[in-house]
Amino acid sequence: MLKEYLSSLDEQFVSQNQSEQEWLRSLKLEAFNTLREIGFPVSRKGNEKWKYTSVSPIVNNVFLLSKPKDINIDEIKKQAPWSDDWYNIVFVDGFINKNISNIPDSGISVSSLGLSENSIGELIDFSDDGFAALNSAFLSDGLIVSIEDSFDTSKVLNIIFYNSGTELEFNNPRLHITAEENSSSVIIESYVGGSNQNSLTNSVTEMELKSSAKITHYRLMSESNNTYNVGYGRVRLSDDTEFYSSSFFRGANIGRYDLNVLVDGERSHCDLKGLYVTSDEQHMDNFINIDHAKPNSSSNLFYKGILSGKSKAVFGGTVLVRKEAQKTFSVQSDKNLILSDQAEVDSKPALFIYADDVQCAHGATAGNIDEDSVFYMRSRGIDLEAASKLLIYGFADEIISFVEETELKNFIEQKFLESLPSYKFEF
Amino acid sequence: MQKQKVISRETGVEDQQYKWGFEFDIESDLAPKGLNKDIVKFISNKKNEPQWMLDWRLKAFELWEKEGVSSSPNWANVDFPEINFQDIVYYAAPKSQDDAPKSLDEVDPELIEAFDKLGIPLEEQKKLSGVAVDAVLDSVSVATTYQDMLKEAGVIFCPISEAVQKYPELVKKYLGSVVPYSDNFYATLNSAVFSDGSFVYVPPGVRCPIELMTYFRINEVDSGQFERTLIIADEGSYVSYLEGCTAPMRKTHQLHAAVVELVALKDAEIKYSTLQNWYPGDKEGNGGVYNFVTKRGAARGENSKISWTQVETGSAITWKYPSVILQGDNSTGEFYSVALVNNFQQADTGTKMIHVGKNTKSTIIAKGISAGKAQNTYRGQVSILPNAHNAKNFTQCDSLLIGDECGAHTVPYIEVRNPSAEMGHEATTSKVNDDQLFYLQQRGIDLEEANYMIINGFCRGIFKELPFEFAMEASQLLRVSLEGTVG
Amino acid sequence: MGKIMNDRNKKLLNVNDLHVSIDDKEILKGINLSVNLGEVHAIMGPNGSGKSTLANVLSGRPGYSITSGSIEYLGENINEELPEIRARKGIFLAFQYPVELPGVRTWQFLKSSVDAIRKENGEKELGVKEFDQLLEVHRNKVEMNPDLVKRSVNEGFSGGEKKRNEIMQLSLLNPTFALLDETDSGLDIDALRIVSNGVNEFKSESNAVLIVTHYQRILDYIKPDFVHVLVDGNIVKSGDGNLALELEEKGYEWIKESISSGN
Repeated sequence: MLKEYLSSLDEQFVSQNQSEQEWLRSLKLEAFNTLREIGFPVSRKGNEKWKYTSVSPIVNNVFLLSKPKDINIDEIKKQAPWSDDWYNIVFVDGFINKNISNIPDSGISVSSLGLSENSIGELIDFSDDGFAALNSAFLSDGLIVSIEDSFDTSKVLNIIFYNSGTELEFNNPRLHITAEENSSSVIIESYVGGSNQNSLTNSVTEMELKSSAKITHYRLMSESNNTYNVGYGRVRLSDDTEFYSSSFFRGANIGRYDLNVLVDGERSHCDLKGLYVTSDEQHMDNFINIDHAKPNSSSNLFYKGILSGKSKAVFGGTVLVRKEAQKTFSVQSDKNLILSDQAEVDSKPALFIYADDVQCAHGATAGNIDEDSVFYMRSRGIDLEAASKLLIYGFADEIISFVEETELKNFIEQKFLESLPSYKFEF
Repeated sequence: MQKQKVISRETGVEDQQYKWGFEFDIESDLAPKGLNKDIVKFISNKKNEPQWMLDWRLKAFELWEKEGVSSSPNWANVDFPEINFQDIVYYAAPKSQDDAPKSLDEVDPELIEAFDKLGIPLEEQKKLSGVAVDAVLDSVSVATTYQDMLKEAGVIFCPISEAVQKYPELVKKYLGSVVPYSDNFYATLNSAVFSDGSFVYVPPGVRCPIELMTYFRINEVDSGQFERTLIIADEGSYVSYLEGCTAPMRKTHQLHAAVVELVALKDAEIKYSTLQNWYPGDKEGNGGVYNFVTKRGAARGENSKISWTQVETGSAITWKYPSVILQGDNSTGEFYSVALVNNFQQADTGTKMIHVGKNTKSTIIAKGISAGKAQNTYRGQVSILPNAHNAKNFTQCDSLLIGDECGAHTVPYIEVRNPSAEMGHEATTSKVNDDQLFYLQQRGIDLEEANYMIINGFCRGIFKELPFEFAMEASQLLRVSLEGTVG
Repeated sequence: MGKIMNDRNKKLLNVNDLHVSIDDKEILKGINLSVNLGEVHAIMGPNGSGKSTLANVLSGRPGYSITSGSIEYLGENINEELPEIRARKGIFLAFQYPVELPGVRTWQFLKSSVDAIRKENGEKELGVKEFDQLLEVHRNKVEMNPDLVKRSVNEGFSGGEKKRNEIMQLSLLNPTFALLDETDSGLDIDALRIVSNGVNEFKSESNAVLIVTHYQRILDYIKPDFVHVLVDGNIVKSGDGNLALELEEKGYEWIKESISSGN
């Protein structure tokens, strides 16, 4: 079991790599000791963070630390969004594969971990979180990106984390992005691959937006039914920034994305959209926090779910408006379409407001396809199956339509919608 | 037994603000401080209870002792120092109860006067409003009015201690059937030490001819209050029940851990209204009641309905979630709530609607108002279980903030396990709108009044659910609680 | 001498070199305006000229800061006066966008308002019956649906119903100085006629009306004695009712051009 595997390791194992810099080795050591102390969030009683997700199946699995592997580029293109016009950077099982990556040569600096000291780890707090600590303790490779204001904004930065799924392994990729002042960029972060073999991808992404920076970010999770994927996103916004992030999830065996955006600047806007499509016995848990710490900023959190089979989706969205964050405007919404008798959704859209001059709202809905809409279409000659398909597509399109990159949009439609079941109505 | 010392009425500014803060001199029958098996036996003995009742209490006590304070709920958004449960008096009866007044005429005149001060003169109530009143003073029920009319209708409305003696089969059947003694830390405590409360049974097909009301009051200095209410509406019956609460001003905190169980059988309806005005503590946050209450109804039969309406303005801390388990097909659950906190008050309140049966329907409308340095949390759960076909829920939670030092929080839990469910949750948080205030001011209405009018309007939909006299009182409570919050 | 005294008694409002800013941006840049009892004034101007700001600042809306100059009403400087005090002294603003007050019943709201103003004038609060009768009279004047007074203030009212409600209040509260802010916007011809009739019935020798409007249309129904043209925070031209017609014909560009050409 993962737990036992970890307890068989010692500090020596974590910090033995003499080629790593001192700061990295001490970070790993600290995380390792934290993990040993706090363990994984197996107990859910009174644990609001993991209220609806059991991590026992992950922790009780047998995983070993992943090793670098080689891969054929065609396999990547099949599984991941791809355009030859983009900068494509490929990780395989947690390790960057430079042979099939094309790394931009201007307006952006990219470095592998361990080359230089930087602000890595500044945004993620692993002191009370076992999986976050696991990532830091076993950091093996990652990507550190710094986007200058001269970066060619017409180019998409496509970062692919490919899971070969050939071994019972866990990998711990790390992405650290700094958007320098006035820079603007489009970044795709996708987790793809997997096979019948169980595996665990345990990623951490940190994004720092300096003043007047803009990032349009897409996060895709499209692995196999057998994979486990636990991911962390930590974002900090300075003054006058714009952060647009759209996430698309196909449930894994257990999928979890913990996203925390600290709005640490004025006149900034944080826009988080998400679509989760779960089927079979998948489990997907979105745990999202928007933390408004400064005045005059706004946020929009808009997620949608389509559930079928015996799948389960969890949405935990929290908007916190601190005392100083006057004139915050925030809306939050989670809408769910349930297409089968045995699917389950647990939604917790919470607001914590400590400032008075604010306008905040949230909403949540769950239900199946609107029968009146179906009837309307049928009365126009459209058959039941086609009508329900149209409505399901329409439901998803509200999120997908925000995707501006054509290749990406096609990829999402193909991977996320084509396999959807049509719902049988009991009229 | 020593005579309870007369404690003079506290004076000062707060006196006017909390006008219910007087005390009265009645000889009291106090248990020693602390809780152990002997205290449980003492309480049971005081009530002359049958063995089965004592056994139930002891089971609860054993569990409570075993689980310990560490099992008390810690997830609520409230903050208070640990309670020393051995520093509380678990039984305090007005002494005159020993002489068991047979009718209102025999009740200690001082007690009657006390209730007059509370604004519920029993005689008046009898004549004017046609409300049957059961007054519970420091855990013991002291007078129940209007018995004749109720008797004629076949409605039982009496202290629960009396029901244990007179209607043991009903009590045995239903007590703990909605809130088991093992439910949560405070409910377990209540099960062990409850001293009194109201019992209502409405027989099949009977529409209770009058509103039933219980007035609760904590009077003793170190006493906790642990009342237990059980209401059973048999098939096709209807009852409307009102509950009001006050307590004198105290420098120290007082614990109130009540349990209320409602059972509605086939086609029955229970409407339960609460005006909660326990002492909230002073402007600096000293004193005030800890109101940790478990209220739950089982809409057990087909087409049954349970409706909770609450106006919560009092207590230093409120922790309560009046809930409905919608077991019967086509059953309905409702929760209408106004929670206002000011100064250092904290409230974590809401509801649970558990949809079990088919075509069940629930509505939740919650209005929160925060002022001063207070924190207000709505916490509500809506669960639609796998067999609850065509269940519907609508939830609306709105919060208003007055001033920039308070907080308003909304924490819904939505669990849907059936695709035919239709559920919607909406919530908003804002301050009182400046344009609305200006519009009223432009018509000559001053800021404080304008503020009150807007907030009263914000709550109007909830007040509308209350019986008329209560709605007026609720509006008044709102006005008093809002005093000094603007300008 | 007698005539001068009389004129002085008729003086209602005197705005003297009024500068007003919102969030440090100057909107009104030295307004001078004098209004006597018995007069109807119209302030016309293009969008963004500061017309609504003038109406709002006269009625004391928070958020506007007077950086210099004064507003004298009935001989007193009211620069710092609270809006409700101004209202009680007889300043009435018919809002361009009347707000909705969910849960606040129109009846209750109107009675509170009437009572507050009566109290200021040393009169007793009205009993329920008396108030009902009074309300009935004024409601009929503007042909307002009786059901509306039972509903929450302006909630779910159509645009026309909201404006009618404003004019009904004008009639009910009988102020000394009525400010009408774009009252004609969004009204169809019938509603405009009813609203104008309400204003015409209201105006007398013991009160005054100031109409703020973009279009001349309403002035066909309510004849102004004076028309002032506001451009970019200044009154650039004043005249009698004919100025409004001229403006309608030639447009605001004409005024702007005639200013810049120094005419």
